[in-house]
Amino acid sequence: MSDLPAKAPRWAIWLPLALFLGFVALVIVGLYRPADRNVASALVGKSMPQFDLPAALPGRPGLDSKVLANGKPHLVNVFASWCIPCRVEAPQLGALAKAGVPIEGISVRDTTENLQGFLQTNGDPFQRIGADDDGKVQLALGSSGVPETYVVDGKGTIVYQHIGEIRPEHLGVLLEKLKEAGE
Amino acid sequence: MKRLIALVALALAAPVFAQEEQSTAPYAYRQLDDPAQETKAQDLMETLRCLQCQGQSIADSDAPIAGSMRSLVRERIKAGETPEQIRAWLIERYGDYVSYAPQLTGLTWPLFAVPGVLLLIAFLLLRRRFSAKGAGQ
Repeated sequence: MSDLPAKAPRWAIWLPLALFLGFVALVIVGLYRPADRNVASALVGKSMPQFDLPAALPGRPGLDSKVLANGKPHLVNVFASWCIPCRVEAPQLGALAKAGVPIEGISVRDTTENLQGFLQTNGDPFQRIGADDDGKVQLALGSSGVPETYVVDGKGTIVYQHIGEIRPEHLGVLLEKLKEAGE
Repeated sequence: MKRLIALVALALAAPVFAQEEQSTAPYAYRQLDDPAQETKAQDLMETLRCLQCQGQSIADSDAPIAGSMRSLVRERIKAGETPEQIRAWLIERYGDYVSYAPQLTGLTWPLFAVPGVLLLIAFLLLRRRFSAKGAGQ
């Protein structure tokens, strides 16, 4: 048995076991690491896709992507009246609007009546609201749910994406990104 | 009794009101008229991930965003785009994660290369072993 011509060192016999244990360790780490289920938009750092959404409310302009490139940074909030976390973030959006941040809304798969009710109950921070009834613009933005908020700089480039509701502790980051976008 | 029935009916109706999410996406639940195009769209939809219910394809999922994605796929197929163009459009926005069909990228090429390398190593080892035996006899 031992007269094989290839003389492998004695420790080499442990090599397959070590490889296997390394593999098991990798699997265990992967299994127990808390997974990030958010699908971030791949458009961050790129320019906003072109779109022109009709008005979601009478008397309020719809959202044309051209206004996002008017030289000033904007927040674009993807929301809906049927979305519960959108109610949670409403006070924060209100605070941002009060601080002078232009907030543009994209209302996804919604109706005028529901939207009006939602804004009456939760406050209305939006300058414009575009109706994305078939969800096409949401897909074009790389948004995988509501609410999502995009910071867009004056040239119409997406510089930051916030996924999920804006809680009070997120305001700092958003204001910072808006400030950076305005420089 | 009538009142009771009305009450029960109201109680049953409540969840319907709670889930008002209305989409006008035309092809979310409608097939394309051309069966060949519909087959193409269906094959593509089965390999695209629903972004909300992440274990399902958009063909399997009843989530509203999956409906929007199905409609997008069907409308673009109808307009003459190829399935791979549509997949590329979605990957451009959501990353590789949106596609169930694995893409060959800078990150994933070892997955494709390792089986070949292992086969090659196995072949070399076996050949050495067998030729060594042959020489020993």
